[in-house]
Amino acid sequence: MQDRPNPVELVKAVANFLQATVLPQSTGRQAFEIRIAINALELVARQLVHADEDHCAERERLEELLGRTGSLTDLNQELCARIAQGAVDLTDERLIRHLWATTMEKLAVDQPSYAAFREEQLRNRGANHGLQSST
Amino acid sequence: MPEQIAQTASVAIREPFESAVNRLVSRRFPGVGQVGNLARLSGGASQETWSFDILDGNDWRRVILRRAPTGYSATFASAGLPTEARLIELAGKSGVPSPRVLHVLRPEDELGDGFLMDYVNGETIPRKILRDALYAEIRPRLAFELGKILARIHAMAGAGLQTLREITAPAAIQELHLAYRADGCPRPVFELAFRWLQGQALLRSEAVTLVHGDFRNGNLIVGPEGVRAVLDWELAHFGDPMEDLGWLCVNSWRFGNIDKPVGGFGQLSELIAGYESAGGRTVDPRRVILWQTLGTLRWGVICLGMLARYESGKDRSIERAMIARRASEAEIDLLRIIAPRA
Repeated sequence: MQDRPNPVELVKAVANFLQATVLPQSTGRQAFEIRIAINALELVARQLVHADEDHCAERERLEELLGRTGSLTDLNQELCARIAQGAVDLTDERLIRHLWATTMEKLAVDQPSYAAFREEQLRNRGANHGLQSST
Repeated sequence: MPEQIAQTASVAIREPFESAVNRLVSRRFPGVGQVGNLARLSGGASQETWSFDILDGNDWRRVILRRAPTGYSATFASAGLPTEARLIELAGKSGVPSPRVLHVLRPEDELGDGFLMDYVNGETIPRKILRDALYAEIRPRLAFELGKILARIHAMAGAGLQTLREITAPAAIQELHLAYRADGCPRPVFELAFRWLQGQALLRSEAVTLVHGDFRNGNLIVGPEGVRAVLDWELAHFGDPMEDLGWLCVNSWRFGNIDKPVGGFGQLSELIAGYESAGGRTVDPRRVILWQTLGTLRWGVICLGMLARYESGKDRSIERAMIARRASEAEIDLLRIIAPRA
């Protein structure tokens, strides 16, 4: 077992350094690139936190959908082939639920501020908590 | 052709870029003494945009140079810089806000392919156009105005455009599918979107016109009074005019204003009203949404391509790598169109 600080903590430390120390001293193209670097580190931190759990959940759904086991790449390849052949389509509710769940997991890591993701997140909460949740 | 490329490439190595610019200016603008502030504005490996100032009498005047370094050939899908220059000239004559083209590069300019045009002052950064108080008055009118501009683009015709390719829906989907497959990573959402689009009879073209190919917030120069210039004709081609209307509505160019489909500015009905008011064909909104869906998929495949660009070593910027992680935004946007949740 490796010691702390763990990878998430270290990556966040570097992002904080760029934000607090380097960015204020930068202008123009360099400032722009530093902002992108900070975004990249924040993405890495989110992926480190979520990836294991997300990949497990995605694999379970794929195995159920396809009725067999395999690696994530392998299972996704087979799902793609079935969609391309028309063996599964938009009328398959399980497929649609799987694609939505996987896409939401990806956006939560890639771009949690993306407006369409935020709107769909609110929809999730609405569905989970019923209509009375006004907060 | 290969001989010509080899010859100009060796010239480019021998002559530094800056002195070639100086010689061009002294030839093209006799009496102009000085060139200053030469600066690279943007561009990838194959196309560059530079700005510089020339002293014209007592006034400094800003000029833009678009060029492809010698040895770089345009991709099969791009119009090519000499044709881009021709398109900008034609657009200006057709009532499309455009910069004035000053000079199209010749072999003796030793600068590769490209052209000089007037610098147009104004804003190109989408978020500023969508948020800054300076553009508050024009914003509500932009969807209509962009419709009018698109109608004028789709009516453009003239000599010098023969080299542009023609591509409409079935072939465009097929070409995109090949690019997606080349990436190699399986993406069930894209796969479903391809299936869905292949089954849409309404994507068949009713008319073929000139299509800008990248008409969106980000390729416009805007001032407080309206659009001052339409930029970047690199992807111009002949195709279905609804391609431009749909591309303008792709969620990624709304920059957060997702309830305003037309570039974050306004509603589809306003875009269509502007389009039809300026002589554009009658628009079926369903067809615009189909082209928006195809555009969303196209954006997703473009994002995938960024990874290949990054890995090839041609562009090692973090920006390039991070755009590859935006393919998932196309996935959520596609699902919202083809499999919306209750």
